[in-house]
Amino acid sequence: MPSATLLSQSILSGIFVGGLYGLLGLGLSLSWGMLRQINLAHFALAFLGAYLTYQLGSHGWDPLLTLIVIVPAFFVFGVAMHWVFARLAVTPFNSLLATFGLAVIIESAIQFVWSADYRKLESAYAAVKFKIGALYLPLPELISLALATALAFATWVVLRHTELGKAMRATAEDAPIAAAFGINTRLLERMLAGLCAAFAGVAGVALALTYTLAPSQIYSLIGVVFAVVMVGGLGNPFGPLIAGVAIGISEAVTMAVTAPAWAPLVSFSLLIVVLLTRARRT
Amino acid sequence: MKIARSLLTAMALAAAALLVRPAMADPSGQPIKIGSTLALTGPLAATGMVHKIVGEYYIDRLNHANGLLGRPVEWDLKDDQSKPELARTLYEQLITVDKVDLLMGPYATGAILQAMGVAQRYNKVLIHHTFGIPALAKYDLQFPAWSLGPNPETTFPNTLFDALAATPNPPKTIAILGSKFPSVLFMAQGARKVAQQRGLKEVLYLEYDFGTQDFGPIAARVKDANPDLLFVGAIGLEGNQLLEAMKKIDYTPHYHFYMYPAPGPMATSPLAKGALAASIFEQHKPFTDDPVAAEFVKAYNDRAAKAGLPYTRVETQAAVSFTAWQMLEAGVTATNSLDDQKIGQWLKTHKVRTIQGDLHFDGPSNYGDDLMKVKQVQNGEWVTVWPKQWAAPGATLQGN
Repeated sequence: MPSATLLSQSILSGIFVGGLYGLLGLGLSLSWGMLRQINLAHFALAFLGAYLTYQLGSHGWDPLLTLIVIVPAFFVFGVAMHWVFARLAVTPFNSLLATFGLAVIIESAIQFVWSADYRKLESAYAAVKFKIGALYLPLPELISLALATALAFATWVVLRHTELGKAMRATAEDAPIAAAFGINTRLLERMLAGLCAAFAGVAGVALALTYTLAPSQIYSLIGVVFAVVMVGGLGNPFGPLIAGVAIGISEAVTMAVTAPAWAPLVSFSLLIVVLLTRARRT
Repeated sequence: MKIARSLLTAMALAAAALLVRPAMADPSGQPIKIGSTLALTGPLAATGMVHKIVGEYYIDRLNHANGLLGRPVEWDLKDDQSKPELARTLYEQLITVDKVDLLMGPYATGAILQAMGVAQRYNKVLIHHTFGIPALAKYDLQFPAWSLGPNPETTFPNTLFDALAATPNPPKTIAILGSKFPSVLFMAQGARKVAQQRGLKEVLYLEYDFGTQDFGPIAARVKDANPDLLFVGAIGLEGNQLLEAMKKIDYTPHYHFYMYPAPGPMATSPLAKGALAASIFEQHKPFTDDPVAAEFVKAYNDRAAKAGLPYTRVETQAAVSFTAWQMLEAGVTATNSLDDQKIGQWLKTHKVRTIQGDLHFDGPSNYGDDLMKVKQVQNGEWVTVWPKQWAAPGATLQGN
């Protein structure tokens, strides 16, 4: 039987990793749910963001300060990518293939610039942790969780409570009708694509803070983040975060009480249960 | 007048040098093609690059001397993208399309196993650097450059436990973690058996998936078990990931061992102080007393730095790679032939002098002795600490 400390520390670990899943899943969920683009390049973009954070960090930049460069740059990239996809009328299925190709290109570019060797961002945050009783809360993980929560909340506020958000949702629901009501759907779609890419950049900063980087790791999170997005619901800003934390905790508790190798089964079992339950409801 | 005399002297020296040249004549004739693949991209690319640098150096070294059999040597190197199934296709292509004369093995157990099947189909000698499961090497003409013996899963844990038993505070309890990666999981399982035989109390045994990203819960379990010795059947970056996770919960194991860690990241990590690992060669005396090894170390350091590798010192990977090329050169030179059968038979019946020592291939699966040693991170570098005769000057095994 695991001790209370072990169980509590594992749950904390699950919450933190779940926050990262949620952060990675947010842009993917919005892109898939509202733009009908299954953007596999999202993961590669996140790692590109992580490498840029590493690069700027090694020149003395504070990792969080890199956001002022990465977010606008990625926004522009997202807009450009969407413009190309719209011009070529890429279907959702084709977007899966096209963005996978883009992910491979970005991976190769990362490997060309930073090599296949492991890179680790050394930041002042890395050594900071807080202790509550017997439990430890590392600052980089806290920052990642805070970024994930703040972005999910901000996105929810914008989509639910602003005219811009309502227009975006209307565009996602039925673009021709929205256009008939005077909404500039093309502009909104481009903005949303830009935001999704910018979210990937933010996730990259969180990745750089908490992970050691290697180009091939781009693919290591795809399965679980897809599960997070599906469980959380497409286009739902809080969905990936809640699902991410739920899956993160389930994985961590599984690792604490049974063989760690069982952990990946949890996320996909949850996915199957949710999909079956949803299918029955509809 | 003085200038003219100096000029004449220089010309005479140059002429003398030219006369001496035939002893080290440039290789001539049809080039000998040696074919191989390496993981130049994909998850194993960081280590694949080490083997590429060594291979290029060795080819240059051969061609600057007299080539092989007096002929220049070309290396037909392809990228298997860290995919064993692709390695198989490429070896087939090297033999049937590129018509290479000789083969050199790829990097990593999975790819080597695939290449071995192809070599067997065409009766080609396959010398390989890093095959981790000797019992699976069934082909008669395969030869390992990594001297880990036919049963490393029992011989090496015994070496490690001997080293620890010789410390002032030998461990009494052990936690064993094993990555579900073929060549390391069987070492973890072997260590488990040996630990039991030697009376070490097992306080934790866990297997985790290769590719695990979140080591937090595993670190929490290790902390909860609080072993004297943490044995991690880890490969690549897993050791660093676990160390980082343990640091986050303020835990440092007393003795900690990682099977095949990524050498650079672990040596340079401030968290890895005292980390132990297996080795066959490190860049210090007495290994570098061998002039060939010393020359190789110098050349590798330069080339690795030029290639932008973050860790430029020679350790196991670079050393086994160099050894493999030494074996191929020895086989070809001794038989004066490119005939795979002749080279294979010669290797089976003769010792080859390498930077690891004299290797022989007459044991089960053509494996010789387990020459693996124990190394430890000390002051940001790997140093051999066991057996004592191979330890770096003044180095002893230390606990945290």
